[in-house]
Formats: sequence, structure tokens, C-alpha cells
Amino acid sequence: MTTFVVDGKSFTCKPGDNLLQACLHAGFDLPYFCWHPALGSVGACRQCAVKQYASEDDKVGRLTMACMTPVSEGARYSITDPMATAFRASVIEWLMVNHPHDCPVCEEGGECHLQDMTVMTGHAYRRYRFTKRTHRNQDLGPFIKHEMNRCIACYRCVRFYRDYAGGRDFDVFGAHDHVYFGRYADGTLESEFSGNLVEICPTGVFTDKTFSMHYVRKWDMRGAPSICVHCGLGCNTITNEREGRLRRIVNRYNGSVNGYFLCDRGRFGYGFVNGGDRIHAPLARGDDGRQGTISSDDAIHRFAALLRSSSRVVGIGSPRASLESNFALRALVGAENFYLGVSARESRLLRLLVGVLDSGAIHIPSLREAQQADAVLILGSDLSNTVPRAALAVRQAVRGGSFTLAAAAKIPQWQDTAVRNLAGDARRPLFVATPVATRLDDIARLALRAAPADIARLGFAVAAILDPDAPAVSDLPADLAAQVGTIADALLAAERPLVISGVEAGDESVVQASANVALALRASGKSGALMLNVPECNSLGLALMANGQGGLEAALAQSAALVIALENDIYRRAEATVIEAALTSSYLVALDHSEGPTTRRADLVLPATSFAECGGTLVSSEGRAQRFYQPIFSKTDVRESWRWLGAAGCAAGYKVCENWNTLDNMVVALAGALPRFSRLPDVAPPASFRVAGSRIASEPRRFSGRTAINAAHSVRDPKPPVSTDSPFSTTMEGYHGKVPSALFPFFWAPAWNSVQSINKFQAEIDGALEGGDPGIRLLEARPHAEFRYYTRIPEGFVPRSDMWFAFVLPRVFGDDEQSARAVCIRERMAGAILALNGEDAALLGVVSGQSVACEIGGEQQCLTLEVHPEMPHGLAGIAGLATVAHALPTFVRITPTGSDES
Amino acid sequence: MLSVLLTLWYTFLHLFHRKVTVSYPDEMPYLAPRYRGRIVLTRDPDGEERCVSCYLCAVACPVDCISLQKAEEAGRWYPEFFRINFSRCIFCGFCEEACPTYAIQLTPDFEMSEYNRQNLVYEKQDLLISGTGKYPDYNFYRVSGLAIPGKDKGEAELEREAIDTRSLLP
Repeated sequence: MTTFVVDGKSFTCKPGDNLLQACLHAGFDLPYFCWHPALGSVGACRQCAVKQYASEDDKVGRLTMACMTPVSEGARYSITDPMATAFRASVIEWLMVNHPHDCPVCEEGGECHLQDMTVMTGHAYRRYRFTKRTHRNQDLGPFIKHEMNRCIACYRCVRFYRDYAGGRDFDVFGAHDHVYFGRYADGTLESEFSGNLVEICPTGVFTDKTFSMHYVRKWDMRGAPSICVHCGLGCNTITNEREGRLRRIVNRYNGSVNGYFLCDRGRFGYGFVNGGDRIHAPLARGDDGRQGTISSDDAIHRFAALLRSSSRVVGIGSPRASLESNFALRALVGAENFYLGVSARESRLLRLLVGVLDSGAIHIPSLREAQQADAVLILGSDLSNTVPRAALAVRQAVRGGSFTLAAAAKIPQWQDTAVRNLAGDARRPLFVATPVATRLDDIARLALRAAPADIARLGFAVAAILDPDAPAVSDLPADLAAQVGTIADALLAAERPLVISGVEAGDESVVQASANVALALRASGKSGALMLNVPECNSLGLALMANGQGGLEAALAQSAALVIALENDIYRRAEATVIEAALTSSYLVALDHSEGPTTRRADLVLPATSFAECGGTLVSSEGRAQRFYQPIFSKTDVRESWRWLGAAGCAAGYKVCENWNTLDNMVVALAGALPRFSRLPDVAPPASFRVAGSRIASEPRRFSGRTAINAAHSVRDPKPPVSTDSPFSTTMEGYHGKVPSALFPFFWAPAWNSVQSINKFQAEIDGALEGGDPGIRLLEARPHAEFRYYTRIPEGFVPRSDMWFAFVLPRVFGDDEQSARAVCIRERMAGAILALNGEDAALLGVVSGQSVACEIGGEQQCLTLEVHPEMPHGLAGIAGLATVAHALPTFVRITPTGSDES
Repeated sequence: MLSVLLTLWYTFLHLFHRKVTVSYPDEMPYLAPRYRGRIVLTRDPDGEERCVSCYLCAVACPVDCISLQKAEEAGRWYPEFFRINFSRCIFCGFCEEACPTYAIQLTPDFEMSEYNRQNLVYEKQDLLISGTGKYPDYNFYRVSGLAIPGKDKGEAELEREAIDTRSLLP
């Protein structure tokens, strides 16, 4: 540790830290703008000036920028020195010269870093009496609002968007005090990380457009720690509620998972919670065949009667429902009647995944570890479109190459400009093998285009080179064979190599090949890190629970008298004809939060909670079990699925659900019943957790309108709801202050109203949260685990002359069922396309933009052709058809429909 | 005994003092313009709503009796609803002090009694008046940098014309 002195007091910091970071860690309120823990220092804003003294005798000292100063042993600094204080005050006065007089109409107001820093430096009165520079704004699409007048030119936005996230359609224009941050012309920001500009920008230039539609100030919202439900990564979020509406989602720092950033699907996909297609009351099909509203008691009694009278009950689990709800269904119908609510192919893939991860020979890296990998091999996954946050982590892993060079030149990692000047394009090796181009190709050492079977063979071949015991691949295509050696060498030369694949590769052999590479790396003494992505927020939890049971089609094949579909649109998982045929003599009970084909088909519908109206546990693709909490206390009778199932089970006389009355009881029952989940009660404190005898306040101290908010209905103040499932109070009453890291309802510290207050909650700046990062990893590698290589190497792909091998081209916006209900996400969804190699298109006699037809999932689909010259022959990528994606990959016939849509 | 008589005597003398009570409501008392009574929402000199729905009155209110919701039309912010629960209001005037646009003002009217407490809940249509109240000249959008219909960027007070990013001239 390095010891340094600030204003006469001694502090310690990590060797090599910069002074700003060290001061913030020591608890000082030192103002800054351009520095960001994830972006490093550039010394652009001159705001963090402090006095540095040469020795104890030096009484004069000199001004220095804290963010650009490495802390040296025994160095002496002063923050409170009058010269430094005056300097900082004048810097902010300059920055404010052109700042518009519009805090009241700025969405950032109240959580603005610029406001905080202005107050911190003591600048309160405007002396500048001349004219202000103004800018025109741009329309940046459905997510981001632009107000350039507020800019203080700290350059954080471009540094994040271009340097960190690899975006290309956003930049800085102009010169001197005319600099302008935006796009070349109006238009939607293309990067799937554009939402982070809202939190990166220290003032209100970039604000959340979806939030602005139902805007309230930060202090007026109830917060709840939550988990993103739009992919399998389990990014931590904070959900904000007021008046029963989910107002927005912001990032919740978790040092091991998402760090400071979220993707746009996670940040803006929340609209479905407030959507018009929510189900608010139970529905039952009457004698006339129509669904009608019934009372909750009636629904429970009908459900119970069905449970008693039905000879065979089958439960269809859900990859997007909490562990608790899935467990309730499993306990009610029996483990042998509980099926994964996913397509047949996905259930096989998930079973394989559990087998791979269960072997104990594989290390599943956290996103933080993935970010530190020094060689990455991606097999078959388009990360940017399926798990965007992981793509961002890979981008940082690749960039790590410049840190190695900088370290050799004794330049600290946080010296951003110096590192970039020195190392420019120095990248750690990234190999991407996918059927079509991905947005990570620009930083890849090798981007290979091949059919899934050939990608699998490539993986098997790499493993065979890494470890001669692994099964070898014969007659690999020459172009791929040449690359295998390069990949194997780079992985062997790395200290922390990482292999990434996942369910979305759509092919079991690709997953097996990636496992083989990881196992071969382990055999050669590495950790054998393998990241296997899953499509939905609890896919892995469901797969771990279902333990080898089949998917939806297996469930339907049982022809049970009663089928219970848990928070699942089964029509996205199998062909409609198959479902209809199987359900002819069955009674279908559906529990879900929004209307869809399944609830329309169901005979009894029970209104379930969305993730914002209940608490629960989800297991991310890392095997990390994480708890989410409830910000919304609905006035309608929506209940957690496990509560509906428990109520009906009790009414039907089931003993098992007798004490399913609180979340904690559910968790204990689950942990007791399934040894795999035995650590589940430790994921987060129980509902009985108290600090100094109080519940934790979920609303900020200055929550306003308490006595007027309901006054339109009744002037009498209603009793606030009581949370039986969490240690939170539902109001501003309760404990405000340091709480366990899984329980941050919002980030706020005295003088730090913006998200930058996070530095007050970290044990180490940019490191873990105080008390450790939340969540418990359920699957850890065992040091001496035995393992066997997968030996079923597929045949190479052979293009057919009459048919094309159709596979899913994932899309970040639209593929996820829940976020696709949000209006802003729908605006970003493009029409369905079919991607073909240019020569294949010529063979069919079609050109880009023309429409073609093919049969997928038993339905004739009309798609727009897109020519992808890089694609291998014989493949057809299908994008934008999420509802029939269950039928892919498969061979299809393509017929031109003639009409030109371009 | 003496004190009782003295008290009666002083009371008797009051018959000849100047009367301070007024025959309210036949005779109305004078209340200064800055008297803190019924709260109103005012309009700017152009006749548009002054309230920009910034939530500062709500947060300043010590009894939390103000609730509102922001809405936006062509860049101009206004409250979708604005509610004051006068059964809770303590007429402290903090809302007026907090208001950055002079929209919310307290008036010298105190005659707000109701038989039904629910009638003390005032919505925007009950609060909004047609005039500017105590501050006749102020118009927030004329000094703020936000563009609204009829006032483009650079047209506010003390603003230069919006810059051309393609130009490198000083």
C-alpha cells in the first residue's frame, strides 16, 4: 500500500492509483468531471486541482490535477488550501459561463453531477454578464434526448461511446468552445449501449427519453434493487416507481457483473410493466367459449377443483419466472410432471449446458473476469445481439493489450490518452467464428464465417491441438484448418484464455466443441474459463431445477387432463398445430402478467406479477443466484405465481404448500428440497432483517407529495403497503445509510445526488461493493474434477442445391419477448429479413430488398432478402421472426415472391 | 376584592377605546399582497402557464401536500395534473420561495372553508388563474436556453445565435 498525506492526515491507497481515486476512496469530496473509473483520466476539465508539496518543509506547493497524478509514497497534498479551492471555484465558474438557465426543465436536475460539483466548490452567483453560446439539438432516436446547450465539454460521452463501447456513429465536432457532441446528422444512435450516455454525462445533455415521458425527480421515486430480465447475464438494476408506474431502470453497480454499464434492451425494455396488455384480474372461459373476468376467490376454487379432479397434471416451467415460482409449480405437480417451458432443441441444449457446467472441470467466469481475459475465442455466438453486456466486456478484454504495453513502459492504466497514444491498436487476440458478421469483428484478430457444424469442427480441432488427448478432426476445410493453429497458439500463449459460446449458437455440437476447448485449456494448466450464454433471465435456474426433464413438446406429449403454463407463451416454443393437437382434451391454466396467445387460449388465466411487482431469485448464466425486489405495490389483485399456486394447492388439500405464505418460506422450502440450491437463503438478507431495529427505507428522505398523491381519490391518507417479502419499508420511513450490498434501493450520499455517488459504496473505487458484490455463485469449478471430452464430432456442412440451412440471426431489439412489448423497443425493431450469400441470391434470381417466402414453423413466412456477401454458401439467416425461432435451425425452401419492396 | 373591582373598571374603560374588531364578513379586513393565503398558479405575460413542472414546490413542501406530474409539448414542460391538498397545507409559503418561474404564488385570500374535507383538494383547474399575479414581467422561457415554439435556440435573452458545427471560424 502507498501512504500519502492530505491536509496533515495520513491515508493509504493501492500502489499506482491516481490521487483523485485515492482521495475519493479516503472519503474526501473532491470535485471532478472528466474522470470516470471505467474510462480513466484525461485531465481535460481541470476541476480536481489540489496542492502538492515537495516535502514537509515546502509551504508554498504547486497546483496539480489529482486525476493525472500518481500517488507516490509519503507525498503531501492539500485539498483545502485556499489557492486550490479558489482555482476549483473559478474552473466551475468558467464551465458555467455558457450553461443555460434551465435546471427546472432538465431531466438531470436533482441527480446532476454538475449541480453537485457546483455546490461542492461553492460557486453560487453568476458574474458573467455577456451572451451565451447556444447549440441546436439532434433527434437521437427513441431512447436518448439531446440538449447540447448544457454541455461542459468533458468528453466523457465520446470516450465511452467510441473508445469504450466501439460505437462509430457519434463523435465530437467543431472547435474551441463550439465543440459539439452528437451524430454527423440527426438519426438514431446505433450502438446498443447508447443508454449509458445518460449516466456517463455529468450533466443533462443526454437524458432518458422514455423516462421523460413520465418524468419525476429522483427523490420522488421508490427504488428497489432488481435484476435485468431481458437476457441471461443477470445485470443488476434499480427499478424506480411512483404512483404504481415503473418510471425507469438505472444501473446498479455490481463489480463482478455489470459494473457501471447496461445495454439498451435492459435499460429501456421496461415498458411492458406499464403496458396496456397487462392482465389485472383472473379470467375464465365461460360456456359460450369466451373469457370473462372472475373473482380471485372463484379462480382459486376453480383451480383447486381442477387439481383435485384431474387424473394427470403437467406443469410447464418458465425460463423467465423466478426460481420460487418454478419451484412452486414443480412441487405442486411433482418433479416427474414438471417440464422446461422451452423448445425441444433448447431443452436439449440446456441439459447439455448443465452437464458441462456440472462436471466441475469448467470455470464459469464472471463478466469482470471475462473483461480481464487475455485471449478470447467465440464459437457461434453473436454476443452483441444476444448478450450485449458480454460483448462490451469482450471489447475491454481485447483492449487489455494496450495495458500490457503501457505497463512495460511504466504508464499507469488510468492514463487514458497516454495509453492510447502508446498502444493504439495493440489488442489481445479475439477469434470470432459465426455464420455472419458480428459487431465484434472490428476488433477481432480473426473473424471466420462458417456454418454451425463447421464452427463446431473448428472448435474440436482447436481442442485437439491444445491437448492431444482430445478427439481429433479429420478433413477440416483447408481455409479453416489454416486458422486452427493460429487460434490454438494464441490461446496457449495466454494466461487467462476465455471461450464463449451458448444456447443461441443453436447447435449442441458447438457447445460441446467450446467445452472441449475449455477442457483442453484446463488440461494444459489454465483455468479453463468457459462462458455459456443462455437466452433468458432464469434459463439456467430452470435447467438446474428441472434436472434432465424435457421441454415443451415432451410436456404436451403427456396428454394430461390439466396443463399449467407458468409465465410462458408456449406458442413461441412449439408449432401452433402441435400445441392445439395436444391440448384438445386438456384444460389449460395459464399464469402470466401480460396477454398473449397462451393466455388467450387458456381456459383459466391467473394474473401473475411482472418482475417489478414481486421479489424472487434468478440464476444468471454465470450460475449466480441474485435476488430482485419489488418497487410496485399494485392496487389490483396480481400475485406472484407461487402465491396463486400455493393458494390453489392449499384449497385442494396439498400438504406441500401449507406454509408458502412468504418469500423466505419459499426460499427455505426450495433450499431444503433441492440440495443444489442449498445456499439460496444466503443470497440476500431475509425479510426479518433490520438495521437498528428499522426496515430499510425504499424512498428517499425527500419523497414529496405524500399527502396529495392519493387525494384525488380520497382525502384520507391510505395506510402504506407493507412488504412481507423484503426488509424494505415501502415509504421514506426507516433506515437510511449503509446496508448490505444486495439491498441498495438507490445510490445517494450527502453532497452526491448523482449516480457518481457510487464511489461512496465501493470498498475500492471500480472494485467490489462494500460487503462484497451481491449474489452467490452456485456452480464453482472443483480443483481435481475428472472430465471427459465430448467425442461426437459432426460432419462438415454440405450446401444443398434445393434447400437452404436456415438459422436464427439474433437481434438485440425484438428477440426478447418481454422487452418487445415496450413502445421504444418496438420503434427499434426492424422487419423480418432473410440473409443469403450473394451467389446464392443470384442463383435464386433475387436481389437485396426483394421479398422471398419460405416455410418455417409450419407457417409460410414472407421476408425481405438481405445479401450478406460474407456468409457461407447454403446458409440462410432469419432475423426478426422471434415467434417461430423455435423451429430453427432447419432446411427450408426459398421462393422469390416477385414483389420488389425496396 | 380590590383586584376584582379594578378588573371591572379596566373593562369598563375599554368601552371608550378605538374598536379593533371588524364586522367580518360585512366589512373585509385589509390583507397585504404578500399575505400567505390560498395558493394559485399564474400565467406568464404571454398568457401561457408559468408552471414548468419542476417539482421544486412539491419537494419544498414540509407537509408534502403538493403532487404533480410533468408533461411536455414541443419542448415546453407543463403539469399534466397539479394537486394541492389544502386540508394539509400550512400556508408556509415555501413552495412560492422554491418556485423558479414565479408560477406558484400565495394570495391574500383565506376564505376556503368547506363542509366536506374532500373539497379542499384543489386540482390544476382550481388553482390556475389568468393573470401574472405579483410578478407581471417574468417569463422563464425568455431566459432559459430551451427551445419552445416561437422561441428558437439563440433567441432567449443574452444568447448568441446557435453555432454551426461545420465551421472552424472563431
